[in-house]
Amino acid sequence: MKFNDALLGIAFLALSVAVLVNIQSFPKIPGQSIGPGAFPGLIAILLAGCSFALIWRGWRERETQHLVAMGAWLRSPRHVANFAIAVGALVFYIVAADKLGFLICGALILLALFLALRIRPLLALALALVLPVLVHLIFYKLLRVPLPWGVLPVLW
Amino acid sequence: MLHAYAQAFALVFDPYVLTVIFASALFGLFVGCIPGLTATMATALLVPITFFMPPVPAIAAIVTATAMAIFSGDIPGALLRIPGTPASAAYTDEAYAMTKKGQAEIALGAGLVFSAIGGLFGTLVMVTSAPALAEIALQFSDFEYFWMVVLGLAGAVFIGNASILKASIALLLGLLVACIGLDNPAGYPRFTLGSTELTGGVSLIPMMVGMFAVSEILRFMVHLDPPLKLATEEIGNIFRGMWALLVKYRWGLLRGNILGTIIGIQPGSGADMAAWLSYAMSKKFSKEPEKFGTGHVEGIVEAGAANNSALAGAWIPAIVFGIPGDSITAIAIGVLYLKGLNPGPTLFINNPQNIYAIFLVFVLANLIMIPLGWLTIKAAKMVLSVSRAIVMPTILLFCIVGSFAINNTVFGVALMLVFGLLAFVLEENGFPVAPAILGVVLGQMMEENFIKSMIKSDGDPSAFFTRPIAMVLALSTIIILFWPVGTWLWRRWRRNSVLTT
Repeated sequence: MKFNDALLGIAFLALSVAVLVNIQSFPKIPGQSIGPGAFPGLIAILLAGCSFALIWRGWRERETQHLVAMGAWLRSPRHVANFAIAVGALVFYIVAADKLGFLICGALILLALFLALRIRPLLALALALVLPVLVHLIFYKLLRVPLPWGVLPVLW
Repeated sequence: MLHAYAQAFALVFDPYVLTVIFASALFGLFVGCIPGLTATMATALLVPITFFMPPVPAIAAIVTATAMAIFSGDIPGALLRIPGTPASAAYTDEAYAMTKKGQAEIALGAGLVFSAIGGLFGTLVMVTSAPALAEIALQFSDFEYFWMVVLGLAGAVFIGNASILKASIALLLGLLVACIGLDNPAGYPRFTLGSTELTGGVSLIPMMVGMFAVSEILRFMVHLDPPLKLATEEIGNIFRGMWALLVKYRWGLLRGNILGTIIGIQPGSGADMAAWLSYAMSKKFSKEPEKFGTGHVEGIVEAGAANNSALAGAWIPAIVFGIPGDSITAIAIGVLYLKGLNPGPTLFINNPQNIYAIFLVFVLANLIMIPLGWLTIKAAKMVLSVSRAIVMPTILLFCIVGSFAINNTVFGVALMLVFGLLAFVLEENGFPVAPAILGVVLGQMMEENFIKSMIKSDGDPSAFFTRPIAMVLALSTIIILFWPVGTWLWRRWRRNSVLTT
């Protein structure tokens, strides 16, 4: 997905303004000219300058550059679905991992992704069941990362 | 010094470290061989695991895996006409043309042998120059460090990017990310958005995994390319004729090595650009430039050596000044900081054995590259038949666990997702990611030296120019900054004068 430079410029400009507003509330250090806001302030001013240049460039090329140009993949429903499934899988993990546990979440995520990528269903299911267990063994047993068990009892 | 080398030997030739080196070599060869998985991604994926290791094996894992990945990126280039990593892209067409002519073994053999030679050359330069540079760096004060950081960042933005404006924005975004949290000279929590998790700043590991691995996975999920197809299944003896090539192209090889190392040292540009430039250089100086592009090995010899020597070159500024030469060393510097082994000249005095151990790992990695690389080429058909549709989701699972493992909270996974999406959108819109990562890694150092210098000089900016070394560094920065503007003006002026006469 390609945005017109002017749109991106406006977004970055908004970011730099937000930073500049935010640093006004930072405390001043008595007896010194530079406080914690000085460095981010400098960066934000430079970013604002670059944003203006980007906006100008986008505006100048508005004839040839659309506001939003759809990449080829955005016209293919299958690939849009792939993208949504990948992002959705991560969101799902963030929300559900502590409740359901790593093994169940991992298996569901892999199954969804494998099926989206057209792996044969039986193979996808087998891999989705085996791979999370392997990853869990490596990180939980070997590296002692306390991956959540969730609804499952502590198995090893 | 000899004592320190003995210690370094003991550190490296330890069964645990050797196992790590061997395993990361196989990992690097595999990652490099699969199109869409880059050497930078290999590093980002290794970082969560190195988190649990002592410093020497952690760095050894990164050094070995990247050296292997840069070589093995040549394999799918020759067999599928798809570079395994961007560093092989420069000569992929050439290598594929050789395969079509039935010379796959020469293309792959040259890739392997001259990769190893390039890596060893870069290491040699590092071993000889780094300690001497460290001596100089010891004289640096905050002013010089400030300029070194600015010089590094300027290089990352101004050299080799299609759009300097977009590279600058990427860099500034990185610097802003570095501002988040408590870690600033004033110790004031900035931009935490009320989140306690952000008070400690943005954790480097989830961010890097997001930017370099998750974004690649997202790109794979939406890619429309047809499935991969091998051009040949027959690969003969890859070592036959290599000695003759070495003798015939010795000057080109030397040129590739030197150019590669220099580009590696130069901050912000790494193996990719080394390969492109030295391939172009090889063609320019060749006695038979008309053969380039038709399956001629000369460019592969030179550029294949250049990308591996760049890899070693990038470590020179990284360990001497703490300024990364490319995105791989940017990640490695992050790892060193996490280990409390802050890179910089004092490392050469306080912990020389660690530095020498890094040197040894480089030598070792480039030596074992030859037998392991040979095996990988033999197994290429099998490795390349592993479906990427299986590999990519599995990597995503690793990413989740890796980001989680740092603080044991799902907040890391959320950070990874945010930065993965950000990198994906930025790259779709032509913003390079490397300047952003350099900004994040160097932001804190830049601010600290800036503030300290300003306090020392009572807010007088002229102090940044009065010390001799600071002045030289300032001048070099200004030259880099104004180089593009200068050449643009020069061209304009010349065109105008041509038009008027």
